[in-house]
This record gives sequence, C-alpha cells and structure tokens, in this order.
Amino acid sequence: MNKLIEYLSERIRTVVWTCYGILALVMAHSLYVDKSHAHSWAEQYIPFFWSIFGFAAAAAIIGFARWYGHSGIMTRPDYYDRDAEEEPAAASHGATSTDHA
Amino acid sequence: MTNCFTHPALILIIGALILPFVRGPLRKPYLFLVPLLSLAAVAGNSSMSGQFGIYQFLDWQLVFGRVDRLSSIFALIMALMAVVGTLYALHVDNAKEHIAAWFYVAGSLGTIYSGDYLSLFLFWEMMAFSSTFLIWFRRGEKSLAAGYRYLLIHTIGGIILLAGIMLRYQAVGDIAFTLMDVKNPELYTWLIMLGFGLNAAVVPLHSWLPDAYSEASFNGSVFMCAFTTKTAVYTLARGFAGFDILILLGVIMALYGVIYAVMENDIRKLLAWSIVSQVGYMVAAVGIGTELAINGASAHAVAHILYKGLLFMGAGSVLYMTGKTKFTELGGLYRKMPATMIFTIIGCLSISAAPFFAAFASKGMIISAGYEVHVNWASWLLMFGATGTFIYNGLKLPYYLFFGKSNCTAETWEKAGDPPWNMQMAMATSAFLCIAVGSAPVVLYGLLPHPVSYNPYNGYLISETLQLLGFASVAFFLLRRYLEPEDKICLDMDWFYRKGGSLFLWIAKHPLQWFDTAWGEAYRVVGLGPLMVISRFWSWFDWHGIDGVVDGIARCVRAIGGRVRAVQSGQIQYTIYFSATFAALILIAYVLFQLS
Repeated sequence: MNKLIEYLSERIRTVVWTCYGILALVMAHSLYVDKSHAHSWAEQYIPFFWSIFGFAAAAAIIGFARWYGHSGIMTRPDYYDRDAEEEPAAASHGATSTDHA
Repeated sequence: MTNCFTHPALILIIGALILPFVRGPLRKPYLFLVPLLSLAAVAGNSSMSGQFGIYQFLDWQLVFGRVDRLSSIFALIMALMAVVGTLYALHVDNAKEHIAAWFYVAGSLGTIYSGDYLSLFLFWEMMAFSSTFLIWFRRGEKSLAAGYRYLLIHTIGGIILLAGIMLRYQAVGDIAFTLMDVKNPELYTWLIMLGFGLNAAVVPLHSWLPDAYSEASFNGSVFMCAFTTKTAVYTLARGFAGFDILILLGVIMALYGVIYAVMENDIRKLLAWSIVSQVGYMVAAVGIGTELAINGASAHAVAHILYKGLLFMGAGSVLYMTGKTKFTELGGLYRKMPATMIFTIIGCLSISAAPFFAAFASKGMIISAGYEVHVNWASWLLMFGATGTFIYNGLKLPYYLFFGKSNCTAETWEKAGDPPWNMQMAMATSAFLCIAVGSAPVVLYGLLPHPVSYNPYNGYLISETLQLLGFASVAFFLLRRYLEPEDKICLDMDWFYRKGGSLFLWIAKHPLQWFDTAWGEAYRVVGLGPLMVISRFWSWFDWHGIDGVVDGIARCVRAIGGRVRAVQSGQIQYTIYFSATFAALILIAYVLFQLS
C-alpha cells in the first residue's frame, strides 16, 4: 500500500488529470441519465446541476467556516484552563495514564 | 430460535457482575462470550412480537420487553456494536472498564425494550451514570472535569424527563410509553421531548457530546459514539414521530455540526461534531414521520453506528499508539498505520454516502422522504449538509491525518504503528459491515420497521452523488489552504456553563467574600459591643444570683456536715449512744403523740 501511494505521489500531475477526466465523464453521463427521479425543476433543466451544487456548497461551507472561526469562535487551546492555572495543580495536556503511548 | 423472551440487558448485567472473578486465560473468551450471548438473545427476541416481561409494581404495569420491528432493529445494532466494541477493547485488563461499558449497553437495550416510562427512566439513568465512567477511566484532569460536566448535564436532562413523565401520569393516568399526541402538545410533551432531545444532542443542548467524547478513553469513545444518541433517536421515533419542530431542529443539527467539524483540530472532536450532524438527519426524519422517513431514520442509525464506530476505532487507534489526537501533532501516518488508514477511509466513504458504502441508501431515504411530503427546504439543506460531511470527514480527516504534511515529533513518529490484532479485527468487522450494508441494502431493508420500496441504485442517484462528491473534492483541493488545521479550540454553547461556573467561583471569591468580610466587621463593631454588655450582665447574674443560691445551699450543707462530723469520733460506742438517743427521742415523741 505504501509503495502504491508513493508511486502515485510521484506522478501526482497524472493522477490529477485522470481525476479531471473522470469528472468530465461523470458530467457527460449526467446529460444523458434518466431524470425522472429528479425532485425539482432545477435538477431537470439546469445542466450539470449537481456538479454546480457540489462545488458551490463546498465552497460556501469552507468560506463560512473560515469566516466564523476567525471571527472569534476559534481561540487558544488553554482558553478554559486559565482559571485552573491559578491553582497549584494546573490541568496538564497530552496523553494520560490509560492512553497506551 | 427461542420462543421465550430473554432480556439481553440481564445477560450483560450478570456478565458484568461475574467478570471480576474471571481471571487469567479465561478472561478474553469470557469478554467475547457475554456480548455474543446478548446478541443471540436479541436475535432470538427479533423473531417474536408483543409485550413480555410484564410486572405489576404498585399501581403501575412495568413492561420490560416490548418487541416489535422498531425496537428489534435498534436492539440488534446495539447488541452487535457491543460485540465489536468489546472485541476492540479485548486487551484492556481493567475489568471496571468492561463493566462500565456493559452496564452502558444494558441501559441502552433496556431503554429500547421498555414499554413504560418508569422502566425506561431506570435504564435511561443507568446509561448516563455508567457512561460517565467511560470518560473518567481516561484518568486525566481534563477527562475528570469533562466527566463531571457530562454527568451534570445528563442529570439535568433526567430531571426534565422525570418531570415530564410525572406530569403526563397526572394528566393521562398511565405510564405506557407510546406515540404522543404531537398535534396537540402539552407541557409534558415538551418536557419529555426535551429530555430525549438532550441525549440526542439537539442544538443547543448538544455541547456535552463533543466535550465528553473527545475526553473519553480510547475504547470508551467507541461505545459512547453508538449508544446514547441513537437510543435517544429510538425514543423520539417511538414517541414523537411526525412532531414538526423536530424537522427544523434536525436540519439545524445537521448544519451546525458540519461547520464546527470543518473548523475542528482534534480528530475525536471532529468525529463528535459529526455525530451531532448525522443524528440531525435522523431527528429530521423523525420529524417528517412518514413510513419512509422512519425507515430512513432507523436505517441511518444502523449505518451510523457501523461507520461512526469504525471512525472512532480508527481515531482511537491513533490515540492508543501515538497519544495524540490533533491534526497539528499528526499527519502523514499512511506510512506507519496503513491498515488503520484503509479502515478509516472505508468509514469516511460510508459517512459521505458514497455508492456501495453504508449511508448511501439511508441518507437518500431521509432526503427523499422530505421531498415526498414537500418539505423541500429541509431536503435541500440536508443535501447541503451532506456536501459538508464529505468535506470534513471524507476529505479533511484522511488528508490531514494520513497524508499531507507530517507534524509528528520524532517520538510520535516512532510510536506510530497499526494497533494490536483485536483492534484491527474489530475495525475489519465494522468495515466489512459498512460495505455489506451499502452494497446490499436489501439485507437492511428486511429489518426496517415498515415495508421498503426505495431503490438507491438507479442511474440518476448515482450520477447525482458522483457529481456532488467529485466537485466538492475539486473545491476542497482548490480551497484547502483555508482548511489548514490550527492549534485552536472552538467556542460553543458550553461556554455559557463553563464560563458560568467560573463566574460563580469569581462571585464567591470576590463580591461574596467582600460582603462576608464587611458583615463580619459590622457585626464586630455594631453587634459585638452590646452583646458583650449583655454577656457581662448574665455573667454577673450567674455569679451572684444563680451561683449565690447554689453556693448558699452548698455552704449550708457543708456547715451541717461539719456539725455532724463533730459528733463522729469514729468510736462505735459513741455512735451507738447517739443512735440510741435519737431512737429514744423518736419513740418518746411517738408515745406523746399517741397519748395526746
């Protein structure tokens, strides 16, 4: 398995273009697939609807999470430990006694 | 198959009580046997239908064995997970960890089979208390604190549930656990739903889940990820199917969990956020309440327990081997943990609802159920959330954990490696089941509460899924610099009670302490002077009044004693003389009295 991953890593450009090729095939297939199972007008009449939806949804989620996290929701790891640090026995980090390592 | 209902919880409880006495080479076979017997009991029960284990307690009828298709499918997956979870932890010597885990499973199975609220509450609390130990057994200060928070929140949830049960009993007059009148909800309806909802991690009552599951022991979190939330989903499906508000709450859970999982740096916390999101799909399905939706919720619960257990086993293996759980301390582990990587990726594909993997059919059922009853907004948002699930779990987790840049220290890298055989065996079993359920959903369909006509393997659904996953991947690789893990924590609703606790301590240490000091000073100045005067008066009265009387009597007695002592010479003849004189005087007095 390691050798396969390293083999592919060394040829990452080829892997990426192969993936783009597969995506192009998937998009082409979507033009010919039976759309009787579609739930909405948009799915039936907008070509590559789910490709657009997938990309847009992923970009929106990544963008929103980035903005939300950096608006103050993401903070330093010892945020809740500050009060405990005033005490002599401050909380410790990392693995604990029953973790194997 | 047996024709007699056997309660699997009883097997686990008795097994747990005997466990400390089973030592040496018999321990491991015994550990494997007890959950297996429990699974056999559930399988046997599944062939039956009706109410069993009925006992009269005071005015109430307790039903310990309500068996139907809904309870059977949940009980079956719980019992199966108990076998896999125990296999994963087979090498753990501490019997107490297994005992806590088995009591926890027993609580879940007991709840699922309960036909009345009283026995349900008993098993419900058993789950809460025993699972707390699965957090504490990690034995760190953070785990200890997280365990206390977990216990506190679940105790509050239990009290809310009990209040609802009592109000319902007062209004209805029985304790049977049946479908509520969700179209005309009363106060008790809301309270009971709140109690169940807290265990299902319904936003905003969810913060206990990422807090506790990320601090549990490596094997404890494997159990915890399966039982509490899915048992709660069962109770909601049983009592609140068709309750509209659950659709909204479920969709909020699905999206809220996605956003936090995308931001998360700790792999087990990411998976915990993922539970909030995935349980959201089930809660929304319960809210939709149609046969397809309840089938979807049940199927998704089964798939979720399989893939989430697998993912927590993968993350637990990383923790067990390296002692680390943060992306910023890991990475590039495919070279050291190839088997763990493969199993984890199978879990990732399963949760992403990729074709031929576990959640493909179940997630599709829930979304289709939404469209079927024209709750389109919910289905669209759940599709949106499904894209997010693939981003954080299908791509972010394997990419930053097994590929990408290695952030491991030399020591971490040295420790990394695939875990012991039993842990790999448990992961292999779950991975096989994930693929089996995804590839042949008909097997699962046979167990669902209602007849199924849903077929996910049509050209359109496969095309839809491949486009969605393919182009979400493109977005991930183009925008991944915005997802780069940072060594930070994410503030959530637990901020209110964690900071609330700190605020309480601050109030106790500062304003309350100041008030106490000021009160003491005021008392000393204003209260102490008059009190001293009063005390001095009472002291004087005691000395001269009470003591005077007492001392006077004492002095009188002493004087009489002195006189008496004077007549006592110690010689017997004087004593006889005084005694005879005294007797003669009495005799004379008596005669004179008689003559007069």
